[in-house]
Amino acid sequence: MILIVAEQRNGVLNRASWEAIAAAQQMAGGMPIGVLALGASVGDAAKELAQADVAEVLTGEHAALGQYTPDAFTMALKGVIEQKKPAIVLMAHTYQARDFAPMLAARLRVSLVTDVTGIGGEGASATFTRPMFQGKLTATVRPAPTGTVIVTVQIGAFRADKVRRGGSASVGPVEIAIDTAAIRQQPEAPFQEAKQAVDLSQAERIVAVGRGITSQDNLPLAQNLAKAMGAELAASRPICDSGWLPMERQVGSSGQTVAPRVYVALGISGAIQHLVGMKGSRTIVAINKDADAPIFEVADYGIVGDLFEVVPALTAELEKK
Amino acid sequence: MKIAVCIKQVPTREWQPRLTDDKTWIREQDASFEMNEPDAYALEEALRLREKLSGEVVVCSAGPARVQQVIREALARGADRALHVEDNSLAAADAAMTADALAAAMADEKFDLVLTGLQSDDQGHAQMGVILAERLGIPHSTIIMEVQVSENRLRVKRELEGGWFQWIAMPLPALLTIQSGINQLRYATLKGIMAAKKKEIRKVPLPAGLKPSQEILSLSLPVRSKQTQMINGTSAEAAKELVRRLREEARVL
Repeated sequence: MILIVAEQRNGVLNRASWEAIAAAQQMAGGMPIGVLALGASVGDAAKELAQADVAEVLTGEHAALGQYTPDAFTMALKGVIEQKKPAIVLMAHTYQARDFAPMLAARLRVSLVTDVTGIGGEGASATFTRPMFQGKLTATVRPAPTGTVIVTVQIGAFRADKVRRGGSASVGPVEIAIDTAAIRQQPEAPFQEAKQAVDLSQAERIVAVGRGITSQDNLPLAQNLAKAMGAELAASRPICDSGWLPMERQVGSSGQTVAPRVYVALGISGAIQHLVGMKGSRTIVAINKDADAPIFEVADYGIVGDLFEVVPALTAELEKK
Repeated sequence: MKIAVCIKQVPTREWQPRLTDDKTWIREQDASFEMNEPDAYALEEALRLREKLSGEVVVCSAGPARVQQVIREALARGADRALHVEDNSLAAADAAMTADALAAAMADEKFDLVLTGLQSDDQGHAQMGVILAERLGIPHSTIIMEVQVSENRLRVKRELEGGWFQWIAMPLPALLTIQSGINQLRYATLKGIMAAKKKEIRKVPLPAGLKPSQEILSLSLPVRSKQTQMINGTSAEAAKELVRRLREEARVL
């Protein structure tokens, strides 16, 4: 079977779990699909998941799973995998999966293929494509045959709206065994640093800067373009890490996800962590000196050139008439 | 406090990919290399902890002879000594194999804290640190933005998605994967570079029998998901043409 580990918090399913179901349906090749919801109480999530065209939805409930810890999740999943013996375990490549999936694979001594964007073939003989070298190359990999293989799929790579729905899935509990004394992490409640003052997700137009801007002193160049376009200013992670722009203006997997009518990427190479936050934009413009930068893979319009020349020219052009 | 920092040497950001004839790895002779950026933040965090708590920082790296470059750089920035698991087969090793190689070399050292970057800028598995923790039998937490140490306990700020964070406490020894931007990096001074030449790099052979968890069948340039219209000409010409298309074709201005 293929076992999907769905992610939920306080009964709310992570949308990316539907993407993992889409990936599982694509590669099943006749194998039954099971979906596992883990938590202290997952009834609502399970009911929602049962709308998918899958064989069964498993509820894995335990008080120690109420607050996520890698130790508890690994113990719980190891037990489920040993009971169900799935050929493939699939989940979304979320921060949570990144935290426990390698531990689970290491403890079970099975292969783990992460950040998968495509699947070739079906069943246990499937191969997987995934980005390498910051998205400059795509690798096709074959996991070592270790009985079970664990796979995480990149967020956005498979389409949740393509999930076949059926509604005939059985819903039932699966036994969860956790030695609570062996949980070493003590988590506190999640929090947000500050109420975000800038809601980039609502912006119609965004001008975003990346490393190519080279210095904080050059930011006015981008600010002027943003002003001429009536756009909000945003940035990739390294710019906010350097303190050149506040964290609230960061677009990407650890910042905001945006989908404006037009997104202008200045000197942004297009690391996958950035692309996941902006590739839903309607029109994407990339200006970059490197013609091979991955940002051009998602761009509708591209200019290969020196942004220190192109951006002032663009601002001047917009300010005409 | 005895702190290990695992660093990887990766191609520079400016590197243009070129592949070997069988297209299963990159032509390393065409690449220039640097320290994996998240690992540089892990190293900086280790140096800051040592300055606060005293102790030593030991750089650990698994790779072919070329990785001495980044080991020397880490020593020049202030690390005290290094372990190098040296083997040519480690150049393209996956996360599981690298973790096994490092675990064998590090186990006897009994480190109090192991830091590494959250992922590598080359293969990008985002697995090595967590597997290493499991192999060393110590707890871990990932994508860390702040580290507090008191007595034998660790309290760390973990980044969640979408601007959320969470504090997590755990006992030492432990392993953390560090997020870029946790601190401001220092650079090597001339004095540091000179001092690094005298610091010990202990070479450790690769244990026998390690197996990769996955095989790269092929590497290729990514398939474009969109047909990008490239706009050529001088900067002024390109700017003018882009504005025209955004107004008339895309109708977004």
